[in-house]
Amino acid sequence: MEWVNDIIQGLLTGGLYALFACGLSLMFGVMKVVNLAHGDLATVAGYIGVGIIAISHVPVLWSIPIVVVLMAVLGYILQRSLIEAAISRGELTTLIVTFGLSIIIENGLQQFFTANSRGLGVGDSFITSSFTIGSQITIAYFNLAIFVLAVVVLLGLQLFMTHTKYGRLIRAVADDREAAQLSGADYRHVFGIAAAIAFGTVAIAGICDGMITTLSPTIGTDTILLFAFASVVIGGLGSLWGTLLGGIVLGVAQAIGAQINPNWEPLAGYAVFLLVLVVRPQGLTSRGAQS
Amino acid sequence: MTETAKTSIRSEEQFLKVTRSRRNVAWSGVGALVVIVVLFAFPYYVGPGTTGIMIQGLIVLTLASMWNLLAGYAGLVSVGQQAFFGIGAYFVLIPAIHGVTPWAGLFIATIGAAVVAVPLWWLVARLRLGYFAIATWVLASVVMLVFEQITSIGGGSGMALPGLTGYDPAVLTADTYWAALTVAVLAIGGVYLLLRSKVGLTLTAIRDDERAARSSGVRVGLARMGVFIAAAAGCGAAGGILAIEQLQVVPSTSGGVFSVQWTAEMAFAVIIGGLGTIEGPILGTIVYMVLQQTLQSYNAWYLIILGLVAIAIALFARRGLWGTLDERFNIRLFPVGYHLWSPGETRRRRRQAVEAASSLP
Repeated sequence: MEWVNDIIQGLLTGGLYALFACGLSLMFGVMKVVNLAHGDLATVAGYIGVGIIAISHVPVLWSIPIVVVLMAVLGYILQRSLIEAAISRGELTTLIVTFGLSIIIENGLQQFFTANSRGLGVGDSFITSSFTIGSQITIAYFNLAIFVLAVVVLLGLQLFMTHTKYGRLIRAVADDREAAQLSGADYRHVFGIAAAIAFGTVAIAGICDGMITTLSPTIGTDTILLFAFASVVIGGLGSLWGTLLGGIVLGVAQAIGAQINPNWEPLAGYAVFLLVLVVRPQGLTSRGAQS
Repeated sequence: MTETAKTSIRSEEQFLKVTRSRRNVAWSGVGALVVIVVLFAFPYYVGPGTTGIMIQGLIVLTLASMWNLLAGYAGLVSVGQQAFFGIGAYFVLIPAIHGVTPWAGLFIATIGAAVVAVPLWWLVARLRLGYFAIATWVLASVVMLVFEQITSIGGGSGMALPGLTGYDPAVLTADTYWAALTVAVLAIGGVYLLLRSKVGLTLTAIRDDERAARSSGVRVGLARMGVFIAAAAGCGAAGGILAIEQLQVVPSTSGGVFSVQWTAEMAFAVIIGGLGTIEGPILGTIVYMVLQQTLQSYNAWYLIILGLVAIAIALFARRGLWGTLDERFNIRLFPVGYHLWSPGETRRRRRQAVEAASSLP
């Protein structure tokens, strides 16, 4: 039964990893940008949440929509300025610029907030309480809520992509930028919208991570970016539900690893990632070729 | 008919001359030698404090040269070079625990990092650009986690380097400096010779048009693997130097040998100095050291400023400082390409042209 509990806990963590991953996957799918600052931007979102709560004393959950809107605006601005300029100069420049951003953000956070970790203190009893199934399985409401949130976000993204004007524009531009341009779509603006959405999901990911564990300047690259990437690779490139599957596989692998030896938690996850990279580089869900 | 064609080809052959450089490189060779001799004499003139700073500079210089080889010549943007840097540090520490002197450990570090690079290359060989970048980052994280599991070498908190006790500190600093200088000279010299060899030609072919190179039978994967392994060896040697300089090895991602800051420093130095030139990393390292020393009382600010400068240069002066200089004055201290002489062109073409113009009535 202990194992069943581990798998369930891993599965729920997988929801959080899918939240980490979907922004990264979206930016790569639409703009072919591998955003190396992805994780650090999530950390920034978490710290903005901390700041908003400290200043306005709004309940923690209320801070989520505010931070999402702020990050979406930041995403649009960053895409239309820095990232757009980098894209037009080639993929190498894009990598250098996002890597530079990542290092700047990480060290900037360290300067302003010190290396100490801080949590998004959630006082609600809802957060700390849990329910049990049988004698061994304990499920925290909060972890379940984050998993549900991840599914809702992915479902929302899917519906947005298939049923709205901007969703269709994003897919058109992702498929063939020039053809979309000829049909009157301004790809720069569409890229901006896509970046805004990706940054919105990054904001949710950052705040959820801050609530579940604690925020510190280095988690952006140490966990968020690398786990997000592992989820994307395991699940398969360009598939939204693939990222959820990838996140779940990563979460379960980590939970099982931690059960065997507490120190093996991240290693077990990476072992599965490397296995997929070697055996099935296109990911578990995708049938296409690896780019 | 055939006779005239033959002669015209022969006469063209007489005119079309191909050399490494338009200028004579012997002088820059002599210059490099003088610089090396002066640098070797440094510990006799400056205090151990300055020598210590120079060691850090030489470590970054070695790393930057390796990253330049990877990203600038082979198109491999690695964000995981800290893996080999850390492996090098540990491959000095582990033999030292068993009684091998750390100086001999430097050889083990260099070869060990190269050996570890082979299976790691196999894992990431298929990936390109962005995917390659994050995958190497993940690999560096995996390597760190593995080393942290081994409690006999200090686990997650690191360990002091044995085997150098009883050394006079000033002598130790000077010896470390000479080791660091040797590693840096070998690294830059190695890159220079590698790029002048057939591998350099292969890399140029890949950079210009990978598909065309592949279809003409160029072994693209093999060349990239060679560069990856060579860069790992260089970073391993640099990591070994760091272990000796700090007299300890600490793993952690924040401040330790596996910190991504090492890759940030080498990458920023290369981008600022000029990606894809041998002189670039040298110039970039000087800029890096000046910034780091000026801003050292402001913690990590030098890295923030370095990052901002690197982004600005990547966007607005893509060839970096050296590239910009080269564009204006056409100077190459380490020529690895070729110059095709047009008929009648000589080294003093400009002066002759001026003389010819002035002698006109």
